[in-house]
Amino acid sequence: MHELSIVSSIVDSVTQTLEAYPGARVKEVRLRIGALASVVEDSLQFCYGIATDGTPLEGSKLVVKILPVTMHCDSCASDVEIASLQSFRCPRCDAPVSDLRQGRELEIESIEIDEVEEKV
Amino acid sequence: MTTRIVELRQGILKKNDELARGLRGRFQSAGVLVLNLVSSPGTGKTAFLERTLRELRAGGARAAALVGDLETDNDARRLAASGAPVRQINTHGICHLEAEMIGKHLEGWDLADLDYLFIENVGNLVCPSSYDLGEKIRVALLSVTEGEDKPLKYPTLFNSADAAILTKIDIAEPCGFDRTTALKNINEIRPGIRIFETSAKTGAGMSDWLAYLADEKSRKS
Repeated sequence: MHELSIVSSIVDSVTQTLEAYPGARVKEVRLRIGALASVVEDSLQFCYGIATDGTPLEGSKLVVKILPVTMHCDSCASDVEIASLQSFRCPRCDAPVSDLRQGRELEIESIEIDEVEEKV
Repeated sequence: MTTRIVELRQGILKKNDELARGLRGRFQSAGVLVLNLVSSPGTGKTAFLERTLRELRAGGARAAALVGDLETDNDARRLAASGAPVRQINTHGICHLEAEMIGKHLEGWDLADLDYLFIENVGNLVCPSSYDLGEKIRVALLSVTEGEDKPLKYPTLFNSADAAILTKIDIAEPCGFDRTTALKNINEIRPGIRIFETSAKTGAGMSDWLAYLADEKSRKS
């Protein structure tokens, strides 16, 4: 259960980004998480509420996009999506696949903020 | 008030990844082969590592270890009996090792004096898989007492491993261990992975493992 450390890293990164937008309020934080990243969305959401308390991220929404696992199949010479994490085989030709192309991402994609209008 | 989307496209564990990259560079230029050992608590990482350190040293190789646990320095004391330099990392509740802890605990060691550095991670099959420690080889260990389906239950870890070790094979029979199924399951999650069937007690499988280490050590980058 390392979701709390993950969420703390998110808070740090976003807080740092906000330095360029003084006074801005965060509405939404969007993540891209690979299906093989060992992260559970429910516990991320749970920890997010706790870790953002008292920070500029407080009250913001965490949106998690889960990315499927994609492997390269040599026999088919193409990237294929693995439907189940129980078997790393090509869904087309059943060959074992070990060349991972997507699935371990742990990324902040973007944040949505409300900026304060500059006084003229 | 205006709403704005700020694109970040940034790794959440960016700080760890950057530190790990730095460590990997240091390890490479010092010519030390670094392995990260990951398993459940009780698999026998420490016993396996004790035997590995002892045999490597007997063969004239210079090996050291960092060992992670939530509390106690029991494992470091066990491993130090091999004569190898060993340091304990106490994480005080954190369920995995991070690159920063590795960097901190390497202070004062001359990496160029080492052939091998083993990092024994905290016993946990989930969280360590997210944290790069700068290692060249990630080793997943599984004991014959744990059940053949463990690789299927923890695919994220087994899929990220470069080598797999079966431990305690001396008691495989009384445990009713189904070897064929275990090997098949590991291969299903990580096709083509090197698997070593070992016993720290009898020494079974150790010569293959040591040959693999020597081979990886001599391989460039």
